[in-house]
Amino acid sequence: MGNVIGIGAAPKRKEDQRFLTGRGNYVSDIKRSGMAAGVFVRSPHGHAVLRGIDKSAALASPGVIAVLTGDDVADDGLGSLPCGWGITDAKGVPMKEPPFPMLAQDKVRFVGDMVAFVIAETPEQANAAADLLKVDYEVLPSVVGVLEAIRPDAPQLFDDVPKNICCDWELGDKAAVESAFKKAAHVARLSLVNNRLIGNPMEPRAAIAEYEPGTDRYTLWTTSQFPHVVRFLMGALVLNIPQHKLRVVAPDVGGGFGVKQFHYGEEAVITWAAKRVRRPVKWVASRSEGYVSDRHGRDHVTEAELALDETGKFLAFRVKTLANMGGYLSTFGPNIPTNLYGPLLSGVYTTPAIYCNVKVVFTNTVPVDAYRGAGRPEATFVLERIVDVAASEMGIDRVEIRRRNMIPKEAYPYQTPVLVQYDSGDPMGCLDGALVAADVKNFGVRKAASASNGKFRGLGYSTYVEACGLAPSRFAGRLGARGGLYESATVRVHPTGQVTVMIGTHNHGQGHETTFAQIVSDKLGVAFENVDIVFGDTDRVQFGMGTYGSRSLVVGGAALSKATDKVIVKGKKIAAHLLEVSEADIQFEAGKFSVAGTDRIKTFEEIAGAAYVPHNYPLEVLEPGLEEQAYYDPVNFTYPGGCHIAEVEVDPETGTVTLVNYTAVDDVGTVINPMIVEGQLHGGIVQGVGQALFENAVYDEGSGQLLSGSLMDYCMPRADHLPMMKVATHSTLCTHTPMGVKGCGEVGTIGSPAAVINAVVDALSHLGVTHVDMPATPNRIWRLLQNASLPVAAE
Amino acid sequence: MTVQISFTLNGRPTSVDVEPATLVAELLREQLHLTGTHIGCDTSQCGACVVHLNGLPVKSCTLLAPALDGATLLTIEGLTGAPGSNQMHPMQEAFREHHGLQCGFCTPGMLMTAVALATEKPDLTEADVRHGLEGNICRCTGYQNIVISVMAGAAAMHAAKGE
Repeated sequence: MGNVIGIGAAPKRKEDQRFLTGRGNYVSDIKRSGMAAGVFVRSPHGHAVLRGIDKSAALASPGVIAVLTGDDVADDGLGSLPCGWGITDAKGVPMKEPPFPMLAQDKVRFVGDMVAFVIAETPEQANAAADLLKVDYEVLPSVVGVLEAIRPDAPQLFDDVPKNICCDWELGDKAAVESAFKKAAHVARLSLVNNRLIGNPMEPRAAIAEYEPGTDRYTLWTTSQFPHVVRFLMGALVLNIPQHKLRVVAPDVGGGFGVKQFHYGEEAVITWAAKRVRRPVKWVASRSEGYVSDRHGRDHVTEAELALDETGKFLAFRVKTLANMGGYLSTFGPNIPTNLYGPLLSGVYTTPAIYCNVKVVFTNTVPVDAYRGAGRPEATFVLERIVDVAASEMGIDRVEIRRRNMIPKEAYPYQTPVLVQYDSGDPMGCLDGALVAADVKNFGVRKAASASNGKFRGLGYSTYVEACGLAPSRFAGRLGARGGLYESATVRVHPTGQVTVMIGTHNHGQGHETTFAQIVSDKLGVAFENVDIVFGDTDRVQFGMGTYGSRSLVVGGAALSKATDKVIVKGKKIAAHLLEVSEADIQFEAGKFSVAGTDRIKTFEEIAGAAYVPHNYPLEVLEPGLEEQAYYDPVNFTYPGGCHIAEVEVDPETGTVTLVNYTAVDDVGTVINPMIVEGQLHGGIVQGVGQALFENAVYDEGSGQLLSGSLMDYCMPRADHLPMMKVATHSTLCTHTPMGVKGCGEVGTIGSPAAVINAVVDALSHLGVTHVDMPATPNRIWRLLQNASLPVAAE
Repeated sequence: MTVQISFTLNGRPTSVDVEPATLVAELLREQLHLTGTHIGCDTSQCGACVVHLNGLPVKSCTLLAPALDGATLLTIEGLTGAPGSNQMHPMQEAFREHHGLQCGFCTPGMLMTAVALATEKPDLTEADVRHGLEGNICRCTGYQNIVISVMAGAAAMHAAKGE
């Protein structure tokens, strides 16, 4: 007998033993008999006409098995990579949706666009042959920035997409906003850039495909956050493989952060190729290859205006954004800067009127899609920056202006003017908690100490909300989603009372094997170690939408909870039969079925055994077996939120910004495992700090070359960049999820960029600095200081 | 053309034929089937491939396999608790106890660096650990629990030795 471990406990993770001992099973660890190696030949140009490919030298190279190009794709009549989300403009006109071929056919549209796939006996031979492929490019000028891309004379990526605008999207009541601006006592204005990011999960993407001629079945092992979605999109829409003939497996996956939640061309090419060459084929990306092929994130240019009355109350908020889509529409691409951005511009405030216009723009860059937070960090950054600008211009304390506009706890549920209704929350409570935890009242002492060392210290706030638990299918469908966003779980009780759960979400670091086992242990009274969680294999799990948007616990956990409830209902029927009483008289608690008011009990193990040994069963009303499945489709998003406070020190000699303190108080609803939640918050915060201080994907305008193309050029946060952070939860319960959970995977990344940049601006405000674009690198700060209203002497 | 090399791998004498251009990380993963050593980059930046060569931490993605001849190599698969026990190493236990990992991909390299740091300096400070982990990138944890784990693991290692 082991321990029942319930909700709220912090057992050590079930998955850790294998990772700590080097026995994880990542895609790159897998070998198949007869396996060949594949490498992709990628465009070195940002924009070029593909005039022809001469395969002859490559084909003659030692060990080469095949060289496949876009012509072969066309010959086989294969589909284009589908976009999973269609948006429309204000008049209802659908977005421009050019094809995204799995290997380039007429043109290449970004550095890294796939041109050919070379298969050989070994990776070395495949690489050598790839070097011999002669690709005839007619190089065209590239456009990489959104401002440049919408100019009339800009290079055009697609003939039928004028000015490279995919969609001119809007949300909110434009007239009401205009009228409010006319009445405003003050209008704050801000132009900003939300920098392009590269996800950089530590495991590079990889895939292995195998075709079995005897059964006409394909298996694809891939580094994916949603194997069922890959199976559906690739099988049904790209390769025309019947779903039951296609198995997609995502085993241990070394981090995702959104980057691995898309259906990539590499997956389709390698699966198609495995059948053509009748050999298992393996491809493992290098890190540098990942930089030009993993989907990028963010990349907005925004102008925002906030109208306020004379007391600092927000009257209206108007935002115009140009969002970079890159060279093609990725799986969720157009949804991120629109549906996941506009509605979050309401933040935690009572702003009565909001209008948002987003031009979604094609450029010669890697396609942009969801990266941790996806749309919500961008919205939070705009809003929390302009609130600070308004406070500064109106001479109102930054905490006070937030308090004056915050939605009070008792006003929930709260309908915003931009679609969404927050079910629960307590932004003021989070703010109050964070002010104490960050020791804001003694900030002046610390600032003076910094000044005495010639350093500028600043404090920055970010009070935010996000929309998680993607999504109610009905709501998503109205907004253009081409799929449902429910989740499934199956609870299989074995004859010995042990439990296997098969769930449609994926685990790539979030600790689901532990959290989900806790839910089952808690609800069924089964020992924690007697619960196994299975995910990531379309042959073992019936269906599921995967892990992204902090949906695993919110949606998947709810499906699991529902399936577990069904197990209890069935168990009661069995117990009633065994104990010869009416089903209504059976109670279930702490792993025991009992007759109410008596000491007559059957343990969970006894019921499990009896389910599979149905002697004397009334088979006409009670089936043998104990396995239940549930699907759960939420009725609303969940709305985690909180308050983050960053404290930085700026060295005016070098421009270096050092994060010296960081405090977060987050409302994530019910906490199942506080250790895991804390870990998610830490990691999320640092990804946001990375955006604010270090990370930037930089392209060369004109050539389209990615200048930050390796870990040597793209600055990832390292251990010595960071202080010990203080994180805490201040939870209100979600009113519509079964356990009150809200999700925690992205809150850190959503809250932190604004907090850090607000702190940097605060540190430099005495020099007249009103805004700093991300990342606040030493170079950027130093240059700003040279132009600021010096003297640089500390106050 | 291959060369034969002999070395001690995780306590066992090992002889293999390798192509001279083979990297140690490739040798371990592809020829010796020890896939715990991970490859996360191509510029020796990420540290997922750290192993111990003659007791010192090295990035096995930048070391040519012929350099192993006559050497002693320890990989994550050889990191254990007390010899002959089934226990994990105190540093592994500390990472588990303090939630010093999430996706697990950087973890083997992180552990090998951590053990080397703790071996080198008995009384590690937080600053020592943060500086010492500069060559190992983790994208999941924000490093906080890794730093706490390394300090706890180092204390446990030295307590076990009676220091």
